[in-house]
Amino acid sequence: MKFQIFVTLLALSLSVSAQDTPADTNLIDTASDTSLVIVAPVTSLIAIDHNYDKGEIIDLRWVPSIDDQLLDGKVLGYNVYRIVNNGEPDLIAELPPSTTSFQDQDCHLDSVYSYYVAALSESFEANSNRTAPISTEREWLNFDRKWLFLIALIVGGSVILFITAARRGTKLFVRKIAGLEAVDDAVGRATEMGRPILFIPGIRDMDDVQTLAGLTILGRISRVIADYDTRIFMPTSRSLVMTAGRETIKAAYTAAGRPDKYSDDMVTYYTDEQFGYVAAVDGVMVREKPATVFLLGAFFAESLILAETGNYIGAIQIAGTARPAQLPFFIAACDFTLIGEELFAASAYLSGEPMQLGSLKGQDVGKAIAMVVIVAGVIAATIGEAWDVPFMHDVVGWLSGVFSTR
Amino acid sequence: MEAAFEHFRLWLAAFLTLGIFSFLYKDNPWYKLSEAIFVGISAGYWFVVLFWDNFFGKFWVGAGDYTMQWLASVFTGGESPSAEGVDLMLWIGAILGFLMLLRLIPKIGWLSRWPLAFIVGATAGLWLINYIASNVMVQVQATMVPLFSTVFGAGFDAGSGVIIGGLVIFLGTFSGLVYFFFSKAHTGAFGTTARVGVFFLMITFGASFGYTVMSRMSLLIGRIDYLLGDWLGMIK
Repeated sequence: MKFQIFVTLLALSLSVSAQDTPADTNLIDTASDTSLVIVAPVTSLIAIDHNYDKGEIIDLRWVPSIDDQLLDGKVLGYNVYRIVNNGEPDLIAELPPSTTSFQDQDCHLDSVYSYYVAALSESFEANSNRTAPISTEREWLNFDRKWLFLIALIVGGSVILFITAARRGTKLFVRKIAGLEAVDDAVGRATEMGRPILFIPGIRDMDDVQTLAGLTILGRISRVIADYDTRIFMPTSRSLVMTAGRETIKAAYTAAGRPDKYSDDMVTYYTDEQFGYVAAVDGVMVREKPATVFLLGAFFAESLILAETGNYIGAIQIAGTARPAQLPFFIAACDFTLIGEELFAASAYLSGEPMQLGSLKGQDVGKAIAMVVIVAGVIAATIGEAWDVPFMHDVVGWLSGVFSTR
Repeated sequence: MEAAFEHFRLWLAAFLTLGIFSFLYKDNPWYKLSEAIFVGISAGYWFVVLFWDNFFGKFWVGAGDYTMQWLASVFTGGESPSAEGVDLMLWIGAILGFLMLLRLIPKIGWLSRWPLAFIVGATAGLWLINYIASNVMVQVQATMVPLFSTVFGAGFDAGSGVIIGGLVIFLGTFSGLVYFFFSKAHTGAFGTTARVGVFFLMITFGASFGYTVMSRMSLLIGRIDYLLGDWLGMIK
């Protein structure tokens, strides 16, 4: 009786093993053929639901075929097969030798997946065991980005604190920004010369934060222009920017008590095409000869063409962008340039409003934290490297982990 | 016929190219004509592209067509259309876009501010995280470099390069941050550090200037190649 149970169990285990390991079947069937270059299959294949995703990724990891770990490795690569809901296997990836992982990014929440990996030689495919069936899960929070959240919270919290302080009457200091000191003078010059002011908001749409910064400064400039009763003209290359520009100037004229002086013709749309827009604006410059040109927003290859034309007609030019590649041209051809962050600080500086000043101060808290961490990190990395102090290596590793954006 | 059209295309392109170049002399009717053609055609082109890509390609295919069919089925009692590939969220964008058009009706034109407010708010929120991640965290992580190298040896070897590179990265980033710190006046040691930051910025801009000018030269060469090669056939 005991012998019969043992035989039955042995037969069962062999049949299960044969079902689960197509690799063995292959090996047994083909091992006798000496023309085949037989390789061992990968081992320890596991499939894991990817952490903190929307439920569309499964991670696969394996130990490569032993024949892939030798100097004269015979493995030419790996094929990854996927079985969805107990259906037929599908080839989903062809990978090079030495690969030990794969990410299946085409999964769905309502399906069950199983995988196997085939090690390939010139004439043989050694299949691994199939993974256990797995389904994906959706996570609502991405804890990989907890430090990003914390830093955003600190900066955001600082902004709120400073805005509250400014509203209570606390004076918030902001250092002088040279280009912005010249705004009133530049508008005054246009008034004295009886010429218009040209405001160019860049060529990006409202989904670019530089355009938003440019329009915020436009609000302040328009207020001064309305006070001085000067003309402003704003050519745009995006319809939404045109609409936002009109709203901004209209609000500024209304705030200055001169809504009757506002006209929709102050802001116009030409074309979305980059150089078509440039051709039109250049034409406006040489025909209208504005006394002052503001170039504030996101600029690309057109920056030098516009700035050089403004320089050619003798306009005083105040430019600002956060695009490093275009800043050199503005610095070369304009009278004042707001470099990167200064463009974003400009509106707060010009308006002096608690909301904007608080925001600027909050950003400074972020910069202060960055400076402290950089100094600490460099000191730790240097000591760690010079004297091989494991603790310092750990500190650098921890800081790198905190500031990793993965 | 095709050859004649090709000739016409070549001559027209050359005529317009030279018209734009004529601006280098001064503003003139030839430039004005080229400019007007460029602006007019490109504005029309972009209207068509945006209409077919966004309104038709995304909204109508993704939600509009399905909604119309569904409404028809409700009113006629027919079979509901298949919802496969339908994304009704696209209606949010369509409604916001429609609100923009209300500017044309002065009495309710104020409704067009809502989509603007939505775009501005969403942009600010999205960019806050992007900026913190890419401009702050990645930069800080990349700047924590050792100012010492264990492969340091005699002469200007790889170790010296590592140390100098580390110093440039650290000093450049730190002094640049000091320059862009707005809560303290640029005086004393703080001001000196900020000036170092300005030096780093200017050196970077100088290098960038040269690099970009060279890429612009290649654009000019492309146009001259067209004029002398494709048009006049002087370059084979």
